[in-house]
Amino acid sequence: MNDNYLTKAQLNVLVLMRMLIGWHFLYEGVVKLYNPTWTAKGYLLSSEGILKSLFAKLATEPLVGFVDGLNIAILLLVGLFLILGIMQKRAAILGAILLLLYYLSHPAFPGLAQGPAEGSYWIVNKNLIEMSALLVLYYFPTGHYFGVYRLFNKKESPQTV
Amino acid sequence: MSEENKFNFSRRNLLKGLAGLPIVGAVWWAGARASGKARKEKQFILEELNIKAVPPPPSGSMAGDPIKIGIIGFGIRGEQLCRALGFATNEWLDEMKKANEANPKDQRLNDFLNQENLNVKLTAICDIFDHRAEVALHSFNSNENTITRYRTHEELLEKSGVDAVVIAAPDHWHAPIAMDALQAGKHVYVEKPMTHNIAETYGLKEIAEAAPGILAVGHQHRQTQSFLTAQDVIKKNILGHVSLILTNTNRNDDNGAWQYHIHETASPQTINWERFIGNAPMVPFNKEHFFRWRKWWAYGSGLSGDLMTHEFDRINCILEMGIPNSVTASGGIYTHRDGRNVPDVLQLNMEYDDFTTGISQEPGKEKGMTFVYSATLGNQYNRPLVLMGHDGSMELGNSVTIYADPRSTKYADLIEAGKIDPKVPMYQYDPQASEGGVDVVTSATAKYFADKGLLWTYRDGKRVDSTFLHLREWLSCVRNGGKPSCGIQEGFEEAISAHMGGLAYKLGRRIHWDKDKQEIVPIEGVNFDEVLLANQEKVDVV
Repeated sequence: MNDNYLTKAQLNVLVLMRMLIGWHFLYEGVVKLYNPTWTAKGYLLSSEGILKSLFAKLATEPLVGFVDGLNIAILLLVGLFLILGIMQKRAAILGAILLLLYYLSHPAFPGLAQGPAEGSYWIVNKNLIEMSALLVLYYFPTGHYFGVYRLFNKKESPQTV
Repeated sequence: MSEENKFNFSRRNLLKGLAGLPIVGAVWWAGARASGKARKEKQFILEELNIKAVPPPPSGSMAGDPIKIGIIGFGIRGEQLCRALGFATNEWLDEMKKANEANPKDQRLNDFLNQENLNVKLTAICDIFDHRAEVALHSFNSNENTITRYRTHEELLEKSGVDAVVIAAPDHWHAPIAMDALQAGKHVYVEKPMTHNIAETYGLKEIAEAAPGILAVGHQHRQTQSFLTAQDVIKKNILGHVSLILTNTNRNDDNGAWQYHIHETASPQTINWERFIGNAPMVPFNKEHFFRWRKWWAYGSGLSGDLMTHEFDRINCILEMGIPNSVTASGGIYTHRDGRNVPDVLQLNMEYDDFTTGISQEPGKEKGMTFVYSATLGNQYNRPLVLMGHDGSMELGNSVTIYADPRSTKYADLIEAGKIDPKVPMYQYDPQASEGGVDVVTSATAKYFADKGLLWTYRDGKRVDSTFLHLREWLSCVRNGGKPSCGIQEGFEEAISAHMGGLAYKLGRRIHWDKDKQEIVPIEGVNFDEVLLANQEKVDVV
């Protein structure tokens, strides 16, 4: 495993990042799952930028129901897998794709309406940053160090340098 | 790899391997609880308020023989009314086709083509400007419909054999034509304001009450779905005692200031000038007076008759407060000093001393209300129409939004307990939204999307225009019986209130209404109708 070449401190912060992103995804998924009136329709319809019409199509009936369900399922799965430390590479790439779609639906380009946002952004926004963090997690899986995979690991703990 | 090397269940590995499980549990619990709490609170508020948000019942069947209609006055509004009846001019159809080709999102042509057939024939037109009459004749003569032009409304009423007339002439012609039509046994749809002076308001009322024909006044806002919801809000005393109502007009463009296009073919040869003047003081032929008649008291009624009447009727259909006890006015011509004599900034304060929508404090403490109409034709900042009560405020438009008042008596406990937040709407009804249109807006994000109107859909996939629904309601009464939502009594209240506003402005005095005598309290030495009709901005009375 790559984590053989990482210091313990490096592994720990990677695990921390994995947990925090997993937490964020899982909570978003659960909140939507338990709110029967939640729908991404408004978000999709307020899309700005070159893919505006594609996202507007996703907001049409009956497609929007499928999109809502898929969105919740991905949020839950990515959240669960990241927190538990299983299938981290797949979860990370799936999460990164979802965030890329979020970003593309409301890109932080100058001149486009940003919708409700708590900060000020120019090209880079939090979706893009979280997406890049997931790419880091894709290349640095830590499930063998801290996560369910550890139980399948023959060694007491992975070697660190 | 041997079997014993596959697993390692040491205490340390179990801890580090399964540490995610309690985190999953905690996050799941917190998420489910937050959603459940929000849902319960929303449910609680909806049950507590118990507002009935229902669309109005559809008007009756249009089956049977076609109703023969004559249009009297085929200007801007006349054309709109004809389209609502299913008759668009060739010019408009071409224009809309081009608009759709230039912008596929412009669906006005499709909306018109998909509009329900009201089963009417447009068989007669009366317009005193040749060009307009010709447009109607070449557009509406087809295999299915034959239309004839008449030079005067009397001739149309006598010879055309129509069942009903739609009146969209200038204001000073509304009542004379409506009275003649009702007396000729026709049904009448007359544009607002119903009348142009006080004497004809009583005259039309008397005739309409006696005549068999159905009279409807063109306040199409009565068809707005949100208004039925607003009526229920008032009935259930959700707002408490309403002491102030703010209504507005905000326009800032030439069209909105009645600077309409003057047609190039207009001349004394193509316009029957004497007929246009009617009961107004005779002046030499004047194209501007003809096309922009709303700018002069002699033919129009200014902001008080033209636009205040809409706001008045919107509130009157919810509160049924009727004619105010008194009216004061202020304003002037501040943006369009172009020779007009009607104001372009106007504030009317209409007092209802004894009126209440309901109380929530000790009896006797709350009574009385001011209805404010505030208008400018020099700015289009969008001020909402608001009903302000002791317990809550209601913003009213296509949607209904209600905020609890932080100092409400009725909601004090719920606000204290954190169940109602006065900063976010406690109720929102958008008749075009999904989920039945009813919502308690719980977050800034939800409000953002709701305000943008992004959650709107169209009924049966069609955008329905309120003028169409209003005409349909009138035609349903003609066919199936019943009373139009804006009939003679509502029109009477609208017209008298508007005339009180006009008088208050022109005289610079408070105008009182005597409820028992059902008349405007006389002012010695003042002939109210002379003041109203005087073609000047203000009238000095010693």
